[in-house]
This record gives sequence, structure tokens and C-alpha cells, in this order.
Amino acid sequence: MINLVWLVPFLPLLGFLVNGLGRRSLSKSLVGIVGSGAVLASFVISLLIFWEVKTPGFSAQVVHLFNFISVGSLQIPFAFQVDQLSALFLLIITGVGSLIHIYSTSYMHDESNESFARYFAYLNLFVFSMLILVLGANYVMMFIGWEGVGLCSYLLIGFWFKNIDYTNAAKKAFVMNRIGDLGFLIAIFFIITQFGTVTYPEVFSKAAALGMNNGVICIIALLLFVGATGKSAQIPLYTWLPDAMAGPTPVSALIHAATMVTAGIYMIARSNILYTLAPHVQTVIAIIGLATALFAASIALKQNDIKKVLAYSTVSQLGYMFLALGVGAYGAAVFHVMTHAFFKALLFLGSGSVIHAMGGEQDIRKMGGLKKFMPTTNWTFLVGCLAIAGIPGFSGFFSKDEILASAFAHNPVLYVLGLAGALMTAFYMFRLYYITFAGKFRGTHEQEHHLHESPAAITIPLVILAILSIVGGYVGLPEVFGKNLLAEYLAPVFAPSVPFAVAHHLSHGTEWLLMGISSALVIVFILLARQRFANYEDNGKESTGVAKVLENKWYVDEIYDAIIVKPLYELSRFFRDTIEKSGIDRLVNGIGRGVQWGGQKIRLVQSGQVGFYIFAMVIGMIVLFVIGFLL
Amino acid sequence: MPVQYYIFLSIALFCIGVMGVLMRRNAIIIFMCIELMLNAVNLLMVAFSKMWADAGRVDASSAQLFVFFIMVVAAAEVAIGLAIITMVYRNTRSVDINILNRLKN
Repeated sequence: MINLVWLVPFLPLLGFLVNGLGRRSLSKSLVGIVGSGAVLASFVISLLIFWEVKTPGFSAQVVHLFNFISVGSLQIPFAFQVDQLSALFLLIITGVGSLIHIYSTSYMHDESNESFARYFAYLNLFVFSMLILVLGANYVMMFIGWEGVGLCSYLLIGFWFKNIDYTNAAKKAFVMNRIGDLGFLIAIFFIITQFGTVTYPEVFSKAAALGMNNGVICIIALLLFVGATGKSAQIPLYTWLPDAMAGPTPVSALIHAATMVTAGIYMIARSNILYTLAPHVQTVIAIIGLATALFAASIALKQNDIKKVLAYSTVSQLGYMFLALGVGAYGAAVFHVMTHAFFKALLFLGSGSVIHAMGGEQDIRKMGGLKKFMPTTNWTFLVGCLAIAGIPGFSGFFSKDEILASAFAHNPVLYVLGLAGALMTAFYMFRLYYITFAGKFRGTHEQEHHLHESPAAITIPLVILAILSIVGGYVGLPEVFGKNLLAEYLAPVFAPSVPFAVAHHLSHGTEWLLMGISSALVIVFILLARQRFANYEDNGKESTGVAKVLENKWYVDEIYDAIIVKPLYELSRFFRDTIEKSGIDRLVNGIGRGVQWGGQKIRLVQSGQVGFYIFAMVIGMIVLFVIGFLL
Repeated sequence: MPVQYYIFLSIALFCIGVMGVLMRRNAIIIFMCIELMLNAVNLLMVAFSKMWADAGRVDASSAQLFVFFIMVVAAAEVAIGLAIITMVYRNTRSVDINILNRLKN
């Protein structure tokens, strides 16, 4: 089965080609079947592969397809690496991906035939690129996938390209990602010069031989992390992700919550040995991750767009994953990637269902009381909120608890700040839930008349994801409850780091205490949110002070605009008006004018006097002879 | 006789030819000066041919063959050149080459 792994990315590629080329002729149902079927088939194959990989004692296998680049001593094969980490990501991508494809068949049904097919073609291309990213057996293949998902993200954010704001959001996402990609690219160059190879096992064994705190490894780790901040929306490159909500909601669920934005976490988890060898870089990652988690959570507290709240929540949760990576808990980060994929996809799809029912309205102040109109969406959304808030028994609780416990073992300060972020998460998620679903309806009569539960193609994925959001956490039980299956399963991937890492161990008493504190406080904050927002009335007052700053996202976009975008515009204007006009243009025109002037003068030599010509010829010959003799 | 004598003689002839072409205005004299230059070259070729033959080179006669070529070409040129000069004289009643400036424009 492992040898057939190439089918996993190939099928979505096929779907992309069929839908992309046949977009004018295929019917909507056929497009939906091809698009969803390709990803579903990939999911089945991934399941079979996973079955084989999860047997104990399985060691990573490389499926070599062909030689991609071969220059001098550098060999870059086009090969897929199947191991515990990539198999798990395969499951997440194709599993959540196929649910979202099925959901999209209903959600995008109002589009015209051609753009419906275009949408599915892009979505399949995205799944293909993402699979290349996680399956690639070397950094160059990861980079190919990395760029591919960036492109698809751009195409899908700007899917409704007639709206100039959406196109600008797409451009912003693309440019921000490019900044990070540059770091990744330079890191690859460093890896090639330092190790002479880009294949994972060779790079990792050569890196391990260099030992701790090697300067080059620190630089490589830091540059790779720069790439991760772009793709995974961390400070300072996070501002594109909230704007990326311009895309269709299923796209936000798939690309900007469940899969693409976790590429950075995948990359660091894959290169775990490089980071374990560079503890200072790890500290940087932990600090940036935590700062992002808190910063984004604080912004989410005051957002009124249902998708914006979820977007900032995604940024914040990604921050948690980076915190886990920073404290060396790679397994916990991957665990959170998985549970986050479930509950965040669920929340986004739920919000999509709400937006669909509201006829495109995204402002939660104009919703309210949707509980009785959309029962399925209501309870699945509630499950998602409970999971992300970290109520015991739901998946988010286990993964977040593992991250916070690792942070506590590393440094209690990280734990306290992380817990503060978790409490904010509980608060803003339930603020969102209560304003949207509780209370009474605040929209227009027309909208109220139109309210309805979404069709089965939308609710079935919601139910499946809700179930996964509940049970998904039980694969990674904390030690006090029993075996952590996921950690055991992933252990071979992180084994090379173990000899270099500082082992932390918490006593059972401490673990119980930490869990107790966080659960109790989370419940308190949920009750607070309930008290404040269960009967929310939109009083239309302008917020002031801190609330206003939060509502305006700490003015980060404005600050970036002032210190980067505006000066760049000024610089380009200077180049256009000054350098171009009086520099380059003058130079080019000057050359032309000089040639003309020279021609005017030299023309006079052609007098028509044959005697003069011969005289010139003889003089020329004499000069040539003299030169010939002298030299 | 040493070959230098021939070389000096032909340089002298050639320079006379060049000077004549540059300085005289009479077309027929210019024409004769061109012939003089051609023959200076012929003389040089024959002299070198003789020199190499004395030194025992088998292929020495090729230079003399060139001389015949030049003579043939010169004869053809004379025929055309004199015809042109005749026509010029008929049209302008003069063989002064500066008058030929009129061909300009």
C-alpha cells in the first residue's frame, strides 16, 4: 500500500485537471462528484496507509519517483516520505478536506456553472499542494507544496475577484506569505551549503553530529521559523489571515483554519532536531507564539464579524501550537493541530451555515436567537465552542492541557500567560455563541422569514466534525488518565531530539491541580460571558478606551500602513517621478540625441570629392602601417 | 643584383603613382598613375619570384602567374576606363576630375 502513496496527491491533481479544463462543459453535480470524490478516494487510501504505519516498529519509508534536480554533488529526488507524522497529516488533510468538499457542493450552489467548477478545481489543487507539502521527502519538495498552497490560498481568497476589497485581501495574503517564504528559501540555501543535501534523514543526522548551539543551525532554524510565521500567521506577519476571510467560508475552514496555516507547525515538527539543537531559537518561538496567542485573543474579544472572531481565534490557537513547539512539546503541537482542525473547521462551517441562512450577513449584532431556527447548526456550533474553550471531555481540553502542562514544566510564567489566553478564548467564543444563537432575533423581518436550517450536505459534515471534536481528544489522554496513544504513535518522529532535549516531568498531583485550575476558571469565564451576552441588545453605542483599541485590532494594520506601506509608496513615487524621469529617461534620450548630433557632424565628411576620399584612404593606410610596425 | 634594389624601385614607382592620383586633376594622368601602381606591384612580384627561385623553392613561379592575372585585369580596366574618360570628354569638353563633382545629387 505504501508504494501507492503517489495516488494520494495524484487523485486531487486529476480532479483539478478535470474540473479546471471541463469547467465550461461539466454540470454542477458532476463537478461536485469529481471534486469531492477525488479527495474522498485519497482519504480512503490515506486510511489504508495509516493502518500500515500505525503498527508498532514501523520505520519511515521513502517512495522514490524520479530524480528532480541533479547538480554536481547535490541530488534532489522527487520522493515521498511516509512516516507517522506525514500519515497523520494525510488523514487530517484528506479527511477534513473531503468533508469540506461535500459541504461546498451545497454552500457554493448559487454560483454559476463555470465558477462552481473553478472553485472545485482550485480546492482540489490546494489539496494536492498540501499533500505534496506533507509528503515530500526533502525541503525542496516541501517548498514546492508550500508555494502551491500559497498560490491556491491567493486564488481562493480572491475567488470573488470582482470585489476590489477581496482582491486586495488576496494580494495582501500573497505578499505577506512571500515575506515568510523568502526566509524559508534562504534557509534551504543554508541547508544546501552546510549539509550538501536536502533530504530529511541526511540533514537531521548531519545536524545532530554538529551538536548543540551550532551557529549555522541556529540561523537555519530561525529562517525556517520566519517562513512559518508567514504561512502560520504569527506576529509580525499575521495580519493577512483575518483579511483572508474574504474568501468563501468553506475555504476559510479548509485553508485558513484546518490545514494550510498549520504548515508552519508541520515544518517545525518535521525539523524538530534542528530546533532542539538551537534552544535560543526555541525560546524565541515560545515567546512569539505566546505573544500571538494573547494578542489575537484580545482582538477577538471585540470583533463583531462572525468570521473575524474565528479568524483571530485561529491566529491565537496557532500561537498555542508555536508555544508548544517552543517548549519542545512537538507531540502536543501536532495533537493540537489535529483537534484544532476538527473544531475550527466545525466552527467555520457552522458560521458558514449561519451566513447562508442570513443571506450573506456576517455581523453578529444583527443575528441572535438563531437557536430555534437552526437546531443542528446550533448544537454543533456549541460543541465546537466547548471544544475550543477546553471544557473537560472535549478534544480541545486534552490538547490545550498538554500544551499548558508542558509550558508549566518549562517555565510557570509561560503557563500563567497561556492560561490567561485560554480564558480569553473561552470568553470570546461564548460571547460569539450567545450573541449569535441566544436572545432574540435582531435582523430584518425579511431575513427572519428566510431563516431555515441548512440542507443535509451542510449539516452532515457539521455532525461528523462535531463528533470528531468530542472524541478526537481521546487519542491523547494525559498521563493521569491512561495511555497517550498519539504521543506513543509519534514517538519515532521525535526520537532524534530526545538525547538533546531536557526532559520535564510533572507529578500527578501537579497535573491534577493544573487541570483543575484551568477547567474551573474556564467555566467561570463561560458563565461570565453568558451573563453578559445571553440577552444581548445592540445599543449602537460607540465603544471607547481599550475596547475601541481592541475593536480596531490594536491599529496594527494602520501602523503597518504608516511605517511600511506608505514609505514604500513614497519611495516608488520618488523612483517614478525622479529617478525614472530625470535619470533613466534622460540617459536614454541623451544617447539618442548624441548619436543624432554625431551623425549631423560626420555627414559633412562625405563631400563627394574623390580626391579627398583617396587622400583619407592613403592616410589611413599609412597610419595602419605605422601601427603595424610599432606594435 | 640584390632584391632590395627592386624593392626600392617599386616603392618609388608606387609612391609616384599615389602622389599622382592625389595631386593631379587630369583624368588621363590619374589613370596612368594607377597603372604605375599596378606595375610597381608587378615588378615586386617578379623580383620576389626570382629571389625564391634562386633560393631553390619549387613553387616560385606562382607569383609570376599573378602578374599575368594583374596584367589581364589592367587591360580590361584600361578599356573601360578610357571609354569612360572619352565619354566624359565628349560631355564636358574637359578631362578635369573636379568637374565630376556634378555627379553628386
